[in-house]
Amino acid sequence: MTKQEERELASRLVKEIGCMAEQADHTLRFMEVCGTHTVAIFRAGLRQMLPPKVELVSGPGCPVCVTPDDYMDKAITYAKREDVIITTFGDMLKVPGSESSLMEAKAEGADIRIVYSPLDSLQVAKDNPDKKVIFLAVGFETTAPTAAATVLAAKEQGITNLYMLSAQKLVPPALRALLDDPEVRVDGFILPGHVSVITGTEVFSFLVDEYHMPGVVTGFEPLQILRSLYRLMKQVTEGTARIENEYGSVVHPGGSPAARKAAELVYEPADAAWRGIGVIPGSGLRMREAFGTYDIERLLPLDVPMGQNKPGCRCGEVLRGIVTPKECPLFGKVCVPTHAVGPCMVSVEGVCAAWYKYGQGRFEYGR
Amino acid sequence: MCLAVPAKVIAVEDSVGKVDIAGVTRDISLMLLPETKVGDFVLVHAGFAIQTVTAEEVEETNALLAEMNGAPRTVTDIPEGAAGGQV
Repeated sequence: MTKQEERELASRLVKEIGCMAEQADHTLRFMEVCGTHTVAIFRAGLRQMLPPKVELVSGPGCPVCVTPDDYMDKAITYAKREDVIITTFGDMLKVPGSESSLMEAKAEGADIRIVYSPLDSLQVAKDNPDKKVIFLAVGFETTAPTAAATVLAAKEQGITNLYMLSAQKLVPPALRALLDDPEVRVDGFILPGHVSVITGTEVFSFLVDEYHMPGVVTGFEPLQILRSLYRLMKQVTEGTARIENEYGSVVHPGGSPAARKAAELVYEPADAAWRGIGVIPGSGLRMREAFGTYDIERLLPLDVPMGQNKPGCRCGEVLRGIVTPKECPLFGKVCVPTHAVGPCMVSVEGVCAAWYKYGQGRFEYGR
Repeated sequence: MCLAVPAKVIAVEDSVGKVDIAGVTRDISLMLLPETKVGDFVLVHAGFAIQTVTAEEVEETNALLAEMNGAPRTVTDIPEGAAGGQV
């Protein structure tokens, strides 16, 4: 497709969405629950293109942002031990715990290494047999199988000094918690593409069966997102609710059985705390008893108090789409990407970071 | 965090694949996609192949990544007269 064709298609979709919005009796709100979607929507300026009666709102789709303070406090406490090497994805480094961050611990001498893949931790463990190597296993359904496969590989290779500090989370229970929250108002979900590659589309059928809520699994191109919005509008206008798949080239209805099998071998569902939402039953993954020797929290339990939100920070409400970043008293003043107070500003996929970056200069603040 | 990039598989040895990601060669694990063959296009997340994809999907995502690295390409800011250029 040429750029001109793309542009024409985009204009047509926006126009169609506008026509359907005219018939709606209230402002329609569609929520994305994937940090990569958040960034794609802001980059393309989609919020500004849409008619005033169609609102896009970001949900808890950034794993870094929903990870509570006490997880970071545990990671920092482990990092400060002489006998520990931390391996992590780079975006965890600047996330504030209750008092400090991994970045600060690193500056003070802690051995913290950024890895591209959790598998890289295996080599670190082999090279440092006298150290405990701890991988910070944070992420959604897409990432859990990669951490699980790393544990399975460690077992196969007889590596005994590799551990996980797990805060893996699951998207469907979070959607359920949002829909049960009377403060949250949403008319449909832009469902995460790469989470669905693993889970398939079936796991979202409860949205339709129990909440009569439309959902469209979506890719990351601006046009794919517009097509999803068109499909959502169509469902809302017709008064129907279905789970549709706008990313069928990679998302199969059954997902990836091999990836799920790896995750299920190593992990079992458990209650998990989400920043700003609280504990959601069955929304996290804990390592099974059989793999307990790879769980650092079983080897070296820590008693860290539950995380408290920073005074003034409204990240918790931003993550549920209840307020926009602009309504937070800290946003753009004491809380900026170079000096972030809350995690929504720390992560490049955080809602506040996206508002800050794309809301200034070229575009107006998104609606 | 859940970003995944497409890549072409150029060699397979046991559960390790060598892939070409937009011109860069690296090893990835095939543990989560054991049926992978040489010549397949796969979606790579955190060093693991997680799904097979079509060649068209690869082109689309590479264009998106190029844009994220600086080339302007959004539906709102495509300049007049740029139509028919590279995608």
